[in-house]
Amino acid sequence: MRSARPSYLLLTALLVLCFGLAAYLGTWFQNWQGSRTQSADVLNTLLGDSRRMFANHFYTKADAYYHSGYYPTIFDNRNNFETPHMAEDTGAVNSKNHGEEEGFLGPPRDWIDAFSRNFFPDRHTHLDEGGPTEDLSTSTDVREILPWLKLSTELDPDNVQTYTVTAYWLRIRMHKDKEAEAVLREGLRNNPHSYDILYELGRLYDESYHDTSRARNVWELAVRYWLKLPPDEQKENTLVFEQITTHIGHLEETAGNLAQALNWFEAAQKVSLTPGELQKRIDEIKAKMADQSQLVVPKSVY
Amino acid sequence: MNNIFAVASIVIKELYRRKDFYVLFILTALICLVMATVNIFNDKHIIRYLKEICLLLIWVASLVIAISTTARQIPAERENRTLLPLLAKPLSRTQLILGKFFGCWIACGLALICFYGFFGALSGSREHLWPLMNYMQAAFLHWIMLGVVVAGVLLGSLVFAAPSSNSTISFVVVAGILLVGRHLDKVALTMQEPSRSIVYSVYYAIPHLELFDLRDLIIHNWPLVPWKIFSLAILYALAYATALLIATCVMFRRKAVN
Repeated sequence: MRSARPSYLLLTALLVLCFGLAAYLGTWFQNWQGSRTQSADVLNTLLGDSRRMFANHFYTKADAYYHSGYYPTIFDNRNNFETPHMAEDTGAVNSKNHGEEEGFLGPPRDWIDAFSRNFFPDRHTHLDEGGPTEDLSTSTDVREILPWLKLSTELDPDNVQTYTVTAYWLRIRMHKDKEAEAVLREGLRNNPHSYDILYELGRLYDESYHDTSRARNVWELAVRYWLKLPPDEQKENTLVFEQITTHIGHLEETAGNLAQALNWFEAAQKVSLTPGELQKRIDEIKAKMADQSQLVVPKSVY
Repeated sequence: MNNIFAVASIVIKELYRRKDFYVLFILTALICLVMATVNIFNDKHIIRYLKEICLLLIWVASLVIAISTTARQIPAERENRTLLPLLAKPLSRTQLILGKFFGCWIACGLALICFYGFFGALSGSREHLWPLMNYMQAAFLHWIMLGVVVAGVLLGSLVFAAPSSNSTISFVVVAGILLVGRHLDKVALTMQEPSRSIVYSVYYAIPHLELFDLRDLIIHNWPLVPWKIFSLAILYALAYATALLIATCVMFRRKAVN
């Protein structure tokens, strides 16, 4: 009969080996840069970088809700949905949309297609314009896009547009200024040099809190961050610069600082796609300055 | 008819004796109630995300109940050796198939009543709207769609060797139709011959189950589907279910049961 002693010895040796390996690898794993357990965020631990893909999906889902379910699939023509309409309608995003907005479905291709259109949303509507009922009193239904936007920001905290779009709709339609500010502050914590978030924060201070001095400070900081961008990126993001400078110009004009206002409007005019409109305002300010005989020569910012 | 409903009543009793429905219902209710407690910017009127999650769970649960209940009917009778005694009674093979079909279909209908009742209560408690006709249309078309699925799975239980393979293939086919069925013609347009003709043939041959999915209309508070269209959709589904049942009956008559 064979003794059981070698088996016990082997078992003990294996246990010691396991313990030693665990002690060694445990320390190494804790210090390893790629360890997901370092993150306190459950979603980050579970999904890793793939969470950005889900974030994009939920961002698009929010836009589908903005259209009350009328939204192109990957099989449809998406030319007019390249830029989400909920972002486009905030007025702070460069639109890449082109094509037929009303009917991406086109004419029915066959009887099944024609028949099936009775069973899903087949009409282009926006929630802030009343949605399918076209009843403007229900425009607060735009709140329905918020859960998906919130989920999207949690999955991808680096996507600046999600914060600005969320804050815009919270502020404009829901009149939840505090919540909008909290969203933007969280966005700034995750993206401290974002001029887009600063621009939206400035609008919140100016339009909701009527705190023009804070709005001016925030916008001027946004301009400084924008000016630090490489020239190529500046060319791609001229719309937000135009918006910021125009808003500061308007503030200065209201405050009676016409020379500063002129300076900001001229900066906006350099990047604007509609410089004619701004020229009219510049001419008006110059006329006012001539009346007031202001001789201050503004310092160029751009 | 009495024989058919006697068989059907046994199938319905099986549904409430088994745990499948209770587990799925409690799981659906739990997930929805947990999701309802999420605070979204201190706004208690946000509801559509909850409606979407609830309806998705209802659809998944109803398909699980329909396919798993139907797939085991004939194989279970054969395994338990109760098929021959059943057929020895004054019960024809067609009556047995019809009894099994109606049993599974009615059982799915009873499950849907519970699910949609919960959905209506959840939705109404937050939204303070009671579009009962819209819910009725959605639930009824859902049930009609399940009739096609039940008939298809019943046919599958005679074609495939085991209930597991039948269930898996049925799930894949139903999910495929629901997800891409509507777009097959667009896919065909981008293809060369003969693939194009094959995909077009599939597009026209398959039962378009996605027609019966009114979830987007319900979630986003769209108006009712016109009643004429609603009736035509029911006829369309009943035609498919009948064709599948006839195929099942023909196949079962020719099949050796011993």
